[in-house]
Amino acid sequence: MVNNPAGGEPAIRVRDLRIERGGRAVIDGLDVDVPAGSVVGLLGPSGSGKTTLMRAVVGVQDRVTGTVDVLGLPAGAPELRRRVGYVTQAASVYTDLTVAQNLGYFAALAGVAPTRRRDTVGRVVAEVDLGGHEKQVVATLSGGERSRVSLAAALVGDPELLVLDEPTVGLDPVLRRDLWALFRELSRTGRTLLVSSHVMDEATQCDRLLLMRAGGLVADLTPEELMQQTGAPDAERAFLALIDRSAGATEGTAR
Amino acid sequence: MNLTLATAGRVLDQLRADHRTIALVLVLPCLLIGLIAWMFDGTPVLDQFGPMLVGLFPLIVMFLVTSVATLRERQSGTLERLMTTPVRKGDFVAGYALAFATLALFQSLVVVGFATLVGMDVAGPLGLVIVVALLDAVLGCCLGLAASALARSEFQAVQMMPAILFPQLITCGLLMPRDEMPQVLEWLSRVFPLTYAIEAMQGLAAGDQWVDIRGAVGVIALFIVGAVALGVLTLPRRTP
Repeated sequence: MVNNPAGGEPAIRVRDLRIERGGRAVIDGLDVDVPAGSVVGLLGPSGSGKTTLMRAVVGVQDRVTGTVDVLGLPAGAPELRRRVGYVTQAASVYTDLTVAQNLGYFAALAGVAPTRRRDTVGRVVAEVDLGGHEKQVVATLSGGERSRVSLAAALVGDPELLVLDEPTVGLDPVLRRDLWALFRELSRTGRTLLVSSHVMDEATQCDRLLLMRAGGLVADLTPEELMQQTGAPDAERAFLALIDRSAGATEGTAR
Repeated sequence: MNLTLATAGRVLDQLRADHRTIALVLVLPCLLIGLIAWMFDGTPVLDQFGPMLVGLFPLIVMFLVTSVATLRERQSGTLERLMTTPVRKGDFVAGYALAFATLALFQSLVVVGFATLVGMDVAGPLGLVIVVALLDAVLGCCLGLAASALARSEFQAVQMMPAILFPQLITCGLLMPRDEMPQVLEWLSRVFPLTYAIEAMQGLAAGDQWVDIRGAVGVIALFIVGAVALGVLTLPRRTP
C-alpha cells in the first residue's frame, strides 16, 4: 500500500520556492528534498519559515511560486489529500466534541469504511496514548492531550506522508520519547515524516535535518554531520553555532 | 455525498452538545410571536402577520447562528486542516446547510405549532405555512454561510446580518406594499429572496393554495441553491 521507491523519487521535492506573506517574501529561492521513508526534522528560529513551508507542502499556502512536488504530484493536488496527513501547530480539532467523535469524523473524511471506523479510532488512540479518554470532550483535556488528539486525527487515514508542525510542544519527556518512538516506527514501515521542532534534543532522533533561517536553508545534513561540523557538545549548541555562522556569513556578504 | 453526510453528522453532534443554542433556536422565535399575540390580543393582527413572522424570525435566527459557523472553523484551525483532507468545499458547505436544515425543521414545527396555539388562524393550508417557514429558515442558513465565508473577522461577521438582511426587510413589502414603493425600490425588491418569502406567507394568510405560491417557493429554492454555490465559491482553499 505504501509507495516507497528505494532510493528513488524524494517524497517532497522543492525547487526555487518563493512565498510572499504580507507583501514580503518569507521564503525566497528555497531548494530542498525530503527523502522517502525517512524522518526529517525541520529546525530553525521562530519566523524562519518552517510553518509556511509546511503549509505549502500540504497545499493551503497562498502566493506560492516555484515547484513543490509531493509524492510525485504537485502540492495540493486532490489525489494527495488522502495520502498526506497534516497536523497544525495549535491543536486543530473540535473542542466541543469528544475524542472519539473527532477521530470518527476525520476517519470518515479519510475514507475509512464505517465498519472499520471503531477499530481505526481504537488504533490511533492507543498510538498517541489516549486510552480511556475516548468519551471525553476535547475542551476538558489538557493542552498536551489536545495536541495528541490532533496528531491522532492525522493518523486515522494511515497517510504515506505526515507533515507535523511542532507535534511535541508542551509534552513531558516521557510522552515525547513515546511519540518519537512512534515516528520512528512509522518511518520503519515506509512512511515519510517531516517534523518541525524547537526542542533540539529531538534533532538527534531524525534521519536528516533541515536548518532554516530567515526563509532560507542554512544546512541539510544528518545529526552526526551536525555534531561533527560544529564540534559542539550537544545538539542545541551545534544548532546555535550553525545559525550564528550563517548570520555572520550573510552580514559579511551584505557589506 | 458521504463526506457531506459525515460533515452534517459532525455539525449535528456539535449542536447536540450545545443545549443552550438549541433552546434559543426553538424558544426565541416562540417568545417573540407570543409577545405579538399578547400585544394585539383580540385583533386580527396575528392572523394577518403571524405567517410572515413565523417565516421571518427563524430566517434571522438561523442567519445569525450560521454566519458565525465558518468563522469559528477558520479561527480554530479546523478549516485549514479540513482543506488538506479529501473533503470538498461543496461537502463542507452542504454539510453545514443539511445539519442546520435539520434544526430548522424542528424549529418551524415548534414555531408554527406555538403560533397556532396562541391564536394564529391561517386562511391557507397550515402544512404549507410549515413548508415555507422551513424553506425560509434554510434560506437564512445558506445566506448566513455565504456571508460568513465573506467575513474575515468577528466584527465583520456580526455586521453581515444588518448588511444583508436589513435592506431586504425594508423593501420586502412588510413596511409598505411593494406596488406603492418608488419604482427603483420595487425593482430592487424583486431581486431579494426575502420578498418572495414574505409574498408566499402573505398569500397563505389570505387563503392562497399551492398553485398560487409555487412560483415564490421556486424562487426561494433557487436562492438557497445560489447561496450554497456562493458559499462554496467564496471559501478559499489556500490562504495567505
